[in-house]
Amino acid sequence: MTPPLLSLREIRKSFGENEVLKGVSLTVDAGEVVSIIGASGSGKSTFLRSINALEVPQSGFMNFEDLSFDFRPESRFFPTAAQLQSLRTRAGMVFQSYHLWPHMTVLENVIHAPIRLLRIPRKQAIEEADALLSRIGLYEKRGSYPSRLSGGQQQRVAIARALAMKPRLMLFDEVTSALDPELVHEVLVLMASLASEGMTMLLVTHEIAFARDVSSRVLFFDQGVIAEAGPPDILRHPESDRLKQFLHRILHNEVVQASAALSTQEGRLS
Amino acid sequence: MTFVLEEFQLYGPGFLQAAWTVFALTILTIVVSWACGLLAALAQRSRLKSVRAVAGFYIWFIRGTPTLIQIFIIYFGLPQFGIRLSPFTAGVLALGINSGAYIAEIVRGGLTAIPSGQSESALALGFSRSETMRTIILPQVFRIILPAVTNEAISTLKNTSLLSTITVVELTLYAQTLIAATFRPFEFYIAVAVIYLVLTTVLTLLASWLERHYARLS
Ligand SMILES: Nc1ncnc2c1ncn2[C@@H]1O[C@H](COP(=O)(O)OP(=O)(O)OP(=O)(O)O)[C@@H](O)[C@H]1O
Ligand SMILES: [Mg+2]
Repeated sequence: MTPPLLSLREIRKSFGENEVLKGVSLTVDAGEVVSIIGASGSGKSTFLRSINALEVPQSGFMNFEDLSFDFRPESRFFPTAAQLQSLRTRAGMVFQSYHLWPHMTVLENVIHAPIRLLRIPRKQAIEEADALLSRIGLYEKRGSYPSRLSGGQQQRVAIARALAMKPRLMLFDEVTSALDPELVHEVLVLMASLASEGMTMLLVTHEIAFARDVSSRVLFFDQGVIAEAGPPDILRHPESDRLKQFLHRILHNEVVQASAALSTQEGRLS
Repeated sequence: MTFVLEEFQLYGPGFLQAAWTVFALTILTIVVSWACGLLAALAQRSRLKSVRAVAGFYIWFIRGTPTLIQIFIIYFGLPQFGIRLSPFTAGVLALGINSGAYIAEIVRGGLTAIPSGQSESALALGFSRSETMRTIILPQVFRIILPAVTNEAISTLKNTSLLSTITVVELTLYAQTLIAATFRPFEFYIAVAVIYLVLTTVLTLLASWLERHYARLS
């Protein structure tokens, strides 16, 4: 049996008095796609950000490939700066608002990290980046600056920038939430194709249909704990009352939004 | 007409020499001020309280005292402790340390204008803090602060005239010696003003060219 790619045990994180993660444990095998859903403020982003230690937990244990951390501050296995860098080069992260670097072209955004951090020769880095950009359909934009791209294009470049490091794990934090509705699809298609190629992925999402169709497992976060977890089927047949309520609310919102859109259209027509 | 030509031949080379001194003073001062300014701006964000305090004191002291007094402290004051500097060196040091405090404030403002996501996305890829600062943050800061930095460079250029008080033979002191011999302050001070105008205009043009250059790149 191969060991899991990533395992987290009893992760706790507070901001001052506010305990945001109250002991979260999770094991992820290579090739798994884990979707994380939950209400705003339930700790989804904080959890994802603890996995690559953008937020360092107050306590908890983590294993990722050859790395083992104990996040208690006095621990012998508290991660060093070098270990954190090593972790982050292997765990790519994509954010809600892309965060492309505006002073670099699309191509420069993609090759910057591989050249500097993996010491890949520039020529080879450019070849690999060109292949990635062709794959996401943005090869023609390689010389453009990010401000000239649509949100969906920027987000695809951000994904390519992370993929250029050949990560073992990808973390996606609501990567379609900032996008205009008509641009969401192109990003979801890219993520689905990554999933089908066996990329290990953890994604926080509000796209329930996407979570249902693409993931191998769904986690429902509620007030800093995993309140329900299971196969995507739990989205159809939730067990806990909280998940039922959450799904009901989301569904209700979608109906409200749809009818609002409809009535503005009618308003325009009349 | 022959009179003007004669005057030009007589004083021209001296003015050119003095203008060159002003140019050299300005360039060297800008180098010193950037070193001080960047260091102080980064020190202000240090995790160590004592480092932040030193930077804070530096900026507070420089901005709260007259430039002329700072020049005097370095040129006349330091020899009491056995540190004897040439007028030129003392001038560059004093003006550089002075301007550095203003550069620090400009850089600090620029740093706060960069969204935290910019460094986060770099850290998430595995960049160290210093690499992130160097390759992601500062290049963006530099573009934002270019106009303010240009103003500061122009101030520095004009401030070199203060160094006449510590016997640096720049434009002002040179003109003063001529005035003492000819009793014609109007012509010579106007000549000094015109040379300064040429220098500041060149600096401004250079900066606006840089700004346009960067505007194309984004
Ligand atoms: N850097 C921080 N400093 C202080 N509090 C924070 C910080 N980051 C998050 N929090 C708090 O932690 C809680 C959980 O935040 P988190 O961003 O993880 O929620 P989330 O589940 O991702 O919500 P959303 O769906 O709105 O993105 C919130 O109460 C938030 O205010
Ligand atoms: Mg979030």
